[in-house]
Amino acid sequence: MPRNQAFMNNSVIKLKRGYDINLRGKAEKTFLDLEQPTLFALHPSDILGMSPIPKLHVKEGDEVKAGQPLYFDKPSPAVQYCAPVSGEIVEVRRGQKRAIEAVVILADSKVEFYDQGRLSDKASREEIVQYLLKSGAWVLMRQRPFNVVPDPEVVPRDIFVSCFDTSPLAPDYGMLMQGKETAFQQGLRLLGKLTSGRVHLGLPPTGPEVFTRAEGVVKHTFSGPHPAGNVGVHIHHVAPIRKGDAVWVLKPQDVAIIGRLAAEGIYDPQRTVAVVGDELTKTGYYKTRIGASLKPLLDGRLKNDHVRVISGNPLTGTRVSKDGYLGLFDDQVTVIEEGDRPEFLGWLFPSYPRPSLSRTFLSYLTPNKEYHVNTNNHGELRAYVMTGEYESVVPMDLYPQHLIKSILYRDFDQMEGLGIYEVVEEDLALCEFVCTSKQPVQSILREGLEAMRIED
Amino acid sequence: MKLFENLLGKVKPHFEKGGKLEKYYYGFDALETFLFVPGHASDPGGTHIKDGIDLKRTMFTVVIAMVPCLLFGIWNVGHQHFLALGQFIGAGDGFMDKILYGALQVLPIVIVSYGVGLGIEFGIAIAKKHPVNEGFLVSGMLIPLVMPPTIPLWMVAIATAFAVVLGKEAFGGTGMNILNVALTARVFLFFAYPIYMSGDAVWIAGDPAQFVDGFSGATPLGVAYLDGMAGLASMQHVSYDLSSLILGTIPGSIGETSAIAIAIGAVILLVSGIGSWRIMASMLAGAYVTAVVFALTGIDPFNGVPPHYHLFMGSVLFAAVFMATDPVTAAQTTRGKFIYGFLIGIFGMIIRVLNPAYPEGWMLAILLMNVFAPTIDHLVVQSNIKRRLSRALK
Repeated sequence: MPRNQAFMNNSVIKLKRGYDINLRGKAEKTFLDLEQPTLFALHPSDILGMSPIPKLHVKEGDEVKAGQPLYFDKPSPAVQYCAPVSGEIVEVRRGQKRAIEAVVILADSKVEFYDQGRLSDKASREEIVQYLLKSGAWVLMRQRPFNVVPDPEVVPRDIFVSCFDTSPLAPDYGMLMQGKETAFQQGLRLLGKLTSGRVHLGLPPTGPEVFTRAEGVVKHTFSGPHPAGNVGVHIHHVAPIRKGDAVWVLKPQDVAIIGRLAAEGIYDPQRTVAVVGDELTKTGYYKTRIGASLKPLLDGRLKNDHVRVISGNPLTGTRVSKDGYLGLFDDQVTVIEEGDRPEFLGWLFPSYPRPSLSRTFLSYLTPNKEYHVNTNNHGELRAYVMTGEYESVVPMDLYPQHLIKSILYRDFDQMEGLGIYEVVEEDLALCEFVCTSKQPVQSILREGLEAMRIED
Repeated sequence: MKLFENLLGKVKPHFEKGGKLEKYYYGFDALETFLFVPGHASDPGGTHIKDGIDLKRTMFTVVIAMVPCLLFGIWNVGHQHFLALGQFIGAGDGFMDKILYGALQVLPIVIVSYGVGLGIEFGIAIAKKHPVNEGFLVSGMLIPLVMPPTIPLWMVAIATAFAVVLGKEAFGGTGMNILNVALTARVFLFFAYPIYMSGDAVWIAGDPAQFVDGFSGATPLGVAYLDGMAGLASMQHVSYDLSSLILGTIPGSIGETSAIAIAIGAVILLVSGIGSWRIMASMLAGAYVTAVVFALTGIDPFNGVPPHYHLFMGSVLFAAVFMATDPVTAAQTTRGKFIYGFLIGIFGMIIRVLNPAYPEGWMLAILLMNVFAPTIDHLVVQSNIKRRLSRALK
């Protein structure tokens, strides 16, 4: 759709291609009444392109307040990474070559906030930028192409917020946004001052009022199977990213964090997360903060021990240990069975039902069936044989398989021409899921994006 | 199941690093992964869950789709043999005799094709230290189905070896080949040993001296090319009417004769989504349109043969369903598939009708378009790139 037309009307953009992976263990619409974790951690590796040893402001034993800077990346010293809660720095965990893996905070029972000062309504764009940079909220935004921390020197062409999630076991954004309605609107107003273009909301056909009533933004409605909720898909259909464009994206909860920061002068990164998966005794929603230890969510609440814990969804999330932490951008914690058991003639006679786009399984006759899944690879890595699979799950005007191949043979012109600027891992995650040859699509794409970014 | 698991577990250490049979690891791996989908959990850097489909299941589905052609081919080889002898003239007569005779002719070809092909694949996998790919499961069945029933087994062996080594492994194995492997085998024999691959004498198994007087052994396509509709109607001992062509009770390559058996295979491929309907439909459309054009212009040596007969004579249906649709050698883009299929249809029919040297054109048309498929895709992809570029200039 041409750019202008999409701006003018609010008709539904119907996406046909894609696939909804229907899994058991969706979140019940209740808030789990669990105690807050005592440990919180920030992981530098959550940020793409961050150097392995960021410069620390704090050391073990220091007391910090919520919103107090913990570290920054030396190439971009303006961007501060701040504590999500107040407490004592109990560990700076180091990995290979002294890389900083995590900064762990033992939380106070009551959060004390670092005073950021209120942001005046008349603040200039430059003042807003500086305010967000020092308070820690800046890193909640990501810049496309590449999905990196926004460059403070850049004025984004547009800002996009997707107001729904179609990935497997995805949270209901209505639940996530409860109590954050005012802050969300305040955040949107602030974001509007950051871009030279507009703030765009991508809405589902029937969305909660917090989104449909939002003001000062352009709303676009999308319908269709996953990845219809991906912000990359929205950008592609509203105003595709061209070479040289910068578009910022963020999630609605983070808009609310920014809104509250500006209004009250505190950085309080509250996150409501969906706790989902068939290996949990009870699913639901849980209110906590960025970097929360997952221990209280998992201890005594797993059906068995043979599980994989994922911060995020089963397509794009990060595997964490049972005493791991919630990732910087995640609003979902998924627990599914670990699939490391061999299956006798499993390729011929599957011993249990499994989701598949392939019609060689009878499952396509029951599209609404919910599946119990495990993490088995269901096959081995092979060269490409099948064609058309990737195209059938990517509702964008691009050729994913050709794009992936152009990355494999490192043809930069071809990568650019085939639209690498318009996608990040989550947009092609379904390709990796459906791939008959079990190619690691997301990591290949990331290699390509990194190569392009360094080239730029 | 437990038995296999224990057995494999016992011998596995010999094949692993440091074991006595270490260099045969990938041969062992092929057998092990055939019996057990490995307990490999997905890489934590990618999607944590994966679709149930893999290449083994995909390839096996194609093999299943070819089984009706194989079974009918076995019966028909027997049927044609006894027709030539003047025995069991009715299609229903002597069923077991025909099956038995046909099986004795056909199964050795299948065994040689699989034996030679898989032997080479295993050998190369072990030598080059990579897993055995499943691609030959399909090629190994396709090769017998496109051979005349009288083909000597040693020819099957060298054709298979030629196709696997030069047609596929030289390019890097399954997924990397430019040319359809089974057609490479056929085209090799066609040019190296033409008298075993074409003419009137190769389609009926048995000793020609025992055949009844006046039995020709020519295929309907050969007859129609020389004598047109009148030739088809005046056959002795056999019936070459439309229903025989559709049923497939005619001489020809082992698996290509029956439109019904091929249609069952096509349904399996289309319902499972593994075969491309775009290629099948556009190739048949291209062939039919070209046949109509030839019939209308009258430069057609097929005197009076209606265009739709062309779809049931020779190997056009088999080629459309099983050969043109090979995803590795076909065009890969959606629009490209339509163009690729349609051009095969046109070229194949041109070769069939206009070129007296080649009685059947599909093999050559598909191999030609295999070579051009990347060009077609390039043009389609290039238009996408241009579209993106024009957006960038706005």
